[in-house]
Amino acid sequence: MRHLLPLLVAVPLLGAALLACVGRVVPRAFAEAVGCAVSAGTAALAVVLLLDASPPLVEWAGGWEPVAGHSVGIVLVGDGPGLGMAALVSLLTPAALAYSWRSFDAPPRGNAGSFPALVLLFQAGMCGFAIAGDLFNAFVWFELMSVVAYALTGHRVEEARAVQGALTFAVVNSLGAYALLMGIALLYARTGELAMAEIGRELDAYGPPDALVLAGFVLVLTGLLVKAAAVPFHFWLPDAHAVAPTPVCMLLSGVMVELGVFGVWRVLGTVFSGPGGLPAADVERALMVLGALTAAIGALMCWYQRHIKRLLAYSTIAHTGLFLLGIGTLTLEGDDGVALYVVGHAGVKAALFACTGILLDRFGSVDEHVLHGRARPLRGVAVLFTAGALGLAGLPPFGTALGKSVTEEAVGGPLTVVYVLASAVTAGAVLRVAARVFLGLGPRPQEAAGDEGAYETTGSGEEPETRQPLSRVPDTMTAVPAVLLAGALAAGAVPGFADAVARAMSEATTAGLVQTSVHWTPVGVALGLVSTLLAVGLAAVAVVRPKLLAPPARALPLRRLQSGHVGDYVAWLLVGTTVLGVLALPAVLTG
Amino acid sequence: MTAVPHVLPYLVAVWVFLAGAYGLATSRNLIHAVGCLSVCQAATYVLLLAVGYRDGATAPVFSDVEPGTRPVVDPVVQALALTDVVVGATVTALLLALVVQVAKRHGTVDPDELTELRG
Repeated sequence: MRHLLPLLVAVPLLGAALLACVGRVVPRAFAEAVGCAVSAGTAALAVVLLLDASPPLVEWAGGWEPVAGHSVGIVLVGDGPGLGMAALVSLLTPAALAYSWRSFDAPPRGNAGSFPALVLLFQAGMCGFAIAGDLFNAFVWFELMSVVAYALTGHRVEEARAVQGALTFAVVNSLGAYALLMGIALLYARTGELAMAEIGRELDAYGPPDALVLAGFVLVLTGLLVKAAAVPFHFWLPDAHAVAPTPVCMLLSGVMVELGVFGVWRVLGTVFSGPGGLPAADVERALMVLGALTAAIGALMCWYQRHIKRLLAYSTIAHTGLFLLGIGTLTLEGDDGVALYVVGHAGVKAALFACTGILLDRFGSVDEHVLHGRARPLRGVAVLFTAGALGLAGLPPFGTALGKSVTEEAVGGPLTVVYVLASAVTAGAVLRVAARVFLGLGPRPQEAAGDEGAYETTGSGEEPETRQPLSRVPDTMTAVPAVLLAGALAAGAVPGFADAVARAMSEATTAGLVQTSVHWTPVGVALGLVSTLLAVGLAAVAVVRPKLLAPPARALPLRRLQSGHVGDYVAWLLVGTTVLGVLALPAVLTG
Repeated sequence: MTAVPHVLPYLVAVWVFLAGAYGLATSRNLIHAVGCLSVCQAATYVLLLAVGYRDGATAPVFSDVEPGTRPVVDPVVQALALTDVVVGATVTALLLALVVQVAKRHGTVDPDELTELRG
């Protein structure tokens, strides 16, 4: 079975190559059918491997196995979390492709295969990253998925905003990737190994961490946190997500950002967890501080948006902060919770983006104020959008709710408040949009005179992704979010799923020695209900009395940070690297 | 051997990376910014090659060197650097294509004048 692991990458790569070759001569329907078939086939393979991932599958590509403890080969690791991420990626990709059938007219009209080919390449990169057991290979897959993501974000090259967002995305992420590579080089210099588990072993053999290990840690984490969009590395994300085509947004927010968190978890667990890595207290401090900051800023900025895609992008940032807090506990319970949370969040967030795409194609705008009351006829979409918002808040029995309650329990103490508030504020913002756009509740937001120069991005400059605005909503565009929401619901409601996740995490981190049990608790359900009620309350107040919760002048400096200027974002990246170094510095001073 | 020659390549790598990042942060022209990103990447080449360097060693090509007769530099980092070059070429090409589109759609390549996405 383990020999099939490389196929997770090879199948979508070959599919992409095929589509790129024949894309010019085949009709669009054929190209998209091939794209869907290949990505769904990969998904089936990922699920089959996942069911067989106990004990974890380890494949040395080409049979280059380690000799006397030293390796020159490339290792692929198919354990529960890795294959789980690959399966999540591979299940979301066909959903995005199916959504794009009717919603999205890819611009190069001559080449029907280019968009599905790029999506398949994206899938290959993400699957490769998920199962990489070799640090340098993880970098290569990181770059592959990044480069394809830049191209997909700027796919509509005719649009001014799209190319600007893609350029910002590309510069910041590439710089992060180079930091990651420098960190890998430093770790290789110390250990002479590239496979993650071997690096960890050699570091432990060398002795307590010194400045070089700290530098390697900081640089590697910088690269991964840029991908995970942790504050202050997050600035590229709203700009990229606001302009990317909707099917691409579903993949970016649903799984790519989460892969950054997964990378952090993987590196912490296999490379830096031993006595030669960083002490747990320092890692915990770094992740807790960055995670709490990310959740707070993401939630606050989410509340202030009127561009719906941007609002959802900030909610992704807030949730990334919650994921980082969860893995920052460095406990198995925290990992279990985050794994479930990521699965639930992927379904909910992709469904919300899909619903927003319907608004864009139907009305040619994604601006909350402009769309006020205009989407009243779209009852089905309204139900889906509201259900997505409730899932985001963590209403039981969504998978997000179960994941959140398990993580809250692992984090414990005052940080529980961060979970409740961040999920309530982001879900409240989405519910506010639902109430205004789909129900037309509350007064119509007035544009103050001279408001054109306000420091914000409106959603009215967006072009529909179809050639002409849709007169009615195609079935695929509503079926896809419905299926995704059902998946998110099943992740929390199907008995046994949570236990399977817990078993897989335990096997990957402790070789199955420590067993955890994951289940609904009264406290968790109560906190989920509190978040949901809080979200509904916030949305109600915002709709009925818009002045009360409007962004105060005090918030302007925070908004000004998101300047759209790529130079500022690079400067923030360097600041973030420094902060990370300072937070982890005690590891070396005391050691 | 003193310590300085051994540390020097690492200091150069750090300096090159920071110089590129400074250029990116203060750039007034997107083509210049893409160049600065390549400078940052050049730092990774320097670092990788410095990691694999050995005093008195030769290139790891065994067509005319009997294996085991004399030291060679680490071939792994050279393979990594080569992969890195390929990645860099892709990124630079894509970025320059995006800059061309930015110039067409916005009529400028000055990042200070791109004000559509903010807040």
